[in-house]
Amino acid sequence: MDVLFGNLGEFLTRFGGTIALFVCSAIASLILGVVLAAMRVSPVPAMRATGTVYVTLLRNTPLTLVLFFFALGFTKLFFYLPFFLLAVIGLSLYTAAFVCETVRGGISTVSEGQAEAARALGFGFTQTLTLVVLPQAVRSVMPPLTSVQIALLKNTTVAAGFSVFEAGGFYRAVNERGGSTLVALLWVALGFVVLVIPLTVLQRRLEKRWSVAR
Amino acid sequence: MSAPTAVLFDVPGPRARARNTVAGAVTLAVVLALVAVLVWRMAATGQLEGRVWDWVLYENVQLAILDGLVKTLQAFAAGAVLALALGALLALGRLSDHRPLRSVCSLVVELFRAVPLVVLMFLFYYGLPSAGINVSTFVAVVLGLMLYNGAVLAEVFRAGVLAVPRGQSEAAYALGMRKSGVMRFVLLPQAVRSMLPSIVSQLVVLLKDTALGFLITYPELLFQAQFLGSNASLGSPLIPVALVVAAIYITLCLLLSALANWLERRSRRNPAVIAVAVERPDDA
Repeated sequence: MDVLFGNLGEFLTRFGGTIALFVCSAIASLILGVVLAAMRVSPVPAMRATGTVYVTLLRNTPLTLVLFFFALGFTKLFFYLPFFLLAVIGLSLYTAAFVCETVRGGISTVSEGQAEAARALGFGFTQTLTLVVLPQAVRSVMPPLTSVQIALLKNTTVAAGFSVFEAGGFYRAVNERGGSTLVALLWVALGFVVLVIPLTVLQRRLEKRWSVAR
Repeated sequence: MSAPTAVLFDVPGPRARARNTVAGAVTLAVVLALVAVLVWRMAATGQLEGRVWDWVLYENVQLAILDGLVKTLQAFAAGAVLALALGALLALGRLSDHRPLRSVCSLVVELFRAVPLVVLMFLFYYGLPSAGINVSTFVAVVLGLMLYNGAVLAEVFRAGVLAVPRGQSEAAYALGMRKSGVMRFVLLPQAVRSMLPSIVSQLVVLLKDTALGFLITYPELLFQAQFLGSNASLGSPLIPVALVVAAIYITLCLLLSALANWLERRSRRNPAVIAVAVERPDDA
């Protein structure tokens, strides 16, 4: 208890950093992921190929390596950016590949008749996708998409390995002040359990509520 | 999964064809521009000079990378075997008729799925020493991989067992089998067969997660990469080394993914295998 309350400010600031990193990366990865999914089902072969190559490369690279590049290589190649932004870029690029695959899976759960009816009404590809198919795909995609975002929340700790502003680095601050590393890490673990639980509950609820339709 | 996507658009007419060609050209231009910027920056910062690529030819460096690869595969092999065993045990526990056992196993599964793997590894490597227990980096990495992936695999196994039609276990009980016999001879073989692609996909995740060992200085591939990359006498070839290591990781994962796809295709052809919606795990 002493370890937590003696360092409560530090603990809360760091979990604040984790949540900020999570929210920024979640938004960016969702946008990029949906765009990638649209590219992968588009009528343009070059777009489909780009999407496929991107997803294959990013899904098969360890996140640690992606962040390794952004933490150590990016400034060498381009220009200086604060680590927070680099972490957001790395996490979003990585997570977008998973979001893309999930959304694409959701698109395939919408029955073919829907798209065929849209086409029969004279809708083009963009209209069919954005007005008919995607709104229906959202239903089946919500639970697995929440899993992807829970994984993202947990993956923010990988960024802690390269920097210190985030929850995963809490133990170092405690250690410097002579506190027990073990206890500090247990508190961090508990903090994540507490953060993940509401997301899981939300996921179960959405699943129950939306799986009925169709 | 590809069939419905072709439903999203008609066979293009002349105008749509022209539009698609323009869109294709723009996409290609953007991708080429991005690659060009990357190559230009690499050239401008001297990453393409022979000096920073010389290390590829040094025997010691090749051996160091090979050693890192071996360490990665060792952690993967140990982690995979232990995670599969733990996953099977936890799945059996969650399917048990005894309520206390069921709740304990559920708690363990939920707990280890919620705690980030990095925190688990930190806990074993940096945390345990302050309780007087010292573990090597290898043990910390393998323990983390085992607990996290074991919890995920337990859910996979459980879903597989639950997907076996009820008639199978009813028939087995009617033949006079006990609970353990029904599970061992009837349910598990069918469950494992139908879930094999998911299991292999989770092993891909496990393989990628071995790279987290880098953060607790387990001398695996990425750790060797940083070591070589910061070596001034080789010209600090961080980016070239990272590229090579990325290629190695992607190849390894693609090989495993190919195995998963092959298993999935094979099981789809076989009518005896129960169709379960097989998705690659969403977890990273």
